[in-house]
Amino acid sequence: MRTALTIVVVEEDRDRAIAIVDALKDEGENDVHVIGNMTGLARRIAAYSPDIVLIDIDHPTRDVIEELTLASGPLERPVAMFVSGAAGGLARAAVEAGVTAYVVDGLHPDRLKPVIDAAIARFQIMRQMRTELDETRRALEERKVIDRAKGLVMKARQVDEEEAYAILRRAAMDQGMRVAEVAQSLVTTAGLLR
Amino acid sequence: MKSVSVSVAYMPLVDAAPLIVAQEMGFAEAEGLALDLIPAPSWSSVRDMLAFGRVDVAHLLSVVPVAMALGLGGVSTALSAVSVLSVNGNAIGVSRALEANLRDIGYLFDFEDAHGAGAALATVAPQGLTIGVPFPFSMHIELIEIWREATPLRGIPLKIRTVPPPMMAQALAEGEIDAFCVGEPWGSMAVEGHVGALLLPGRAIWNFAPEKVLATRAEWAETEPHLLGRLIRSVWRASRWLADPASRTAAAELLGRPQWLDVPSEIVDRALTGKLAISPGGELRDVPAFLEFHNSAATFPWRSQGKWIAHRLALRSGLDVPAAMIRAADVFRSDQYRFALDGTGADMPGASEKVEGSLSSPMAVGSTRGEIVLGPDAFFDGRIFDPFEV
Repeated sequence: MRTALTIVVVEEDRDRAIAIVDALKDEGENDVHVIGNMTGLARRIAAYSPDIVLIDIDHPTRDVIEELTLASGPLERPVAMFVSGAAGGLARAAVEAGVTAYVVDGLHPDRLKPVIDAAIARFQIMRQMRTELDETRRALEERKVIDRAKGLVMKARQVDEEEAYAILRRAAMDQGMRVAEVAQSLVTTAGLLR
Repeated sequence: MKSVSVSVAYMPLVDAAPLIVAQEMGFAEAEGLALDLIPAPSWSSVRDMLAFGRVDVAHLLSVVPVAMALGLGGVSTALSAVSVLSVNGNAIGVSRALEANLRDIGYLFDFEDAHGAGAALATVAPQGLTIGVPFPFSMHIELIEIWREATPLRGIPLKIRTVPPPMMAQALAEGEIDAFCVGEPWGSMAVEGHVGALLLPGRAIWNFAPEKVLATRAEWAETEPHLLGRLIRSVWRASRWLADPASRTAAAELLGRPQWLDVPSEIVDRALTGKLAISPGGELRDVPAFLEFHNSAATFPWRSQGKWIAHRLALRSGLDVPAAMIRAADVFRSDQYRFALDGTGADMPGASEKVEGSLSSPMAVGSTRGEIVLGPDAFFDGRIFDPFEV
């Protein structure tokens, strides 16, 4: 039976953190800690003496973890940066996947791989969800702008809502723009005339 | 002519200006290039993107490619510094608490005298200091170390901690650090946020510290000599444009835009003009060449700069010093820089190495077109580094 790994997950978003922790728990009895507050990050990580630190590669605090990986870091023992080790292919994949892992020297990669794989998969899902959420939010914003533009057209041209939308759509087609873009310029310009 | 796209990773800092200007003001386009500028969240990220081939070019801390050549840190891909992007430009700042203590002992915040600043700071902080810097391999650390070595700061415990620049002000406000050394706009942002006061410009410690370099993978520079030449020329012309006082307002406005630094252009202007507000009280200090992009052969990648960095890193990391200097000598590629700018009218020094720290005032030296004036490059404690003697 393998002994449990101590894993620290650095993640401010609570939902993401929970998802990652769940994924890691599925891989066995690992000792997983989440750090969500970036104040004194280096000290907090060192307090756990983790075997692995998982952090989103796009997080600015990566440079803080970088410091921990140096021999003189507060972990007081050599730490290897997993993405730069012998597993070159994985390094690249990890970089592209948006995940990087820092692993204490001497840990066997075979033990680690499922953990990292799970985390990578989870990060990707969470990232995709975030992208979709952003898109939904943008669509809603555009909807609001189009409604306001429709109102302006209805008032100025004395037409009903359907006709107002048709006018906006025709203008968009004529100019090779999206309806939302035409609506946005109309709303902006109308603001100037008030 | 159809432009060739070149991907470039950068950190959103004022000293990324030559790359942003090269793209935005058409200097890249004139060379048939389109710079695909990708902002990075951290220096590790910039380094990894370049090392793993996600980008071909990067705005990089001058110390990083040398550290990598010496096998320090995680990644060891061979990088080349094909041009210097900026000289100086950092500021050392302290917390409001330390500022108050310094004023209590009559310190005047002259923003000039590194001896006086070091002595005053050691007096008010006998229990020690924690200083935030952006990255474990950086000119920021070298400046702090030089400052410590030659002032009473050597008598107090000094800890250097990595703090991402956008979080520097917060770390100072929360007492996580007592002081910082950081590039603009982050020093001024700490002043604006009323959490810190600026104590010294980086150039008060070293007059001519290579801060950021134009970095590529060594292999890319060798296999893409034409692209490399076009890149070096467009960035050099951007630096010349930046050095023209008539460009300042436009440059500050451009860099401040949301898609670049996203800070008020007035803040950017402080770094570009060297007229800095050093405290929330609004005291102003004027620092000529606070951040230098072009004059005094600022873009020339001196081999001696690479050796100086290697010398410092080797001493601190316990590596064999002469061996480290040999390994690092080819990181700063003055040869590729010369080749790229040959025939453009750019004036270049005749030599590719110099004794670092020997000039306390401007001096004319031999150049490809006759004479070029090098600016002062002295260290505040008068030390010199002779790349041929170590």
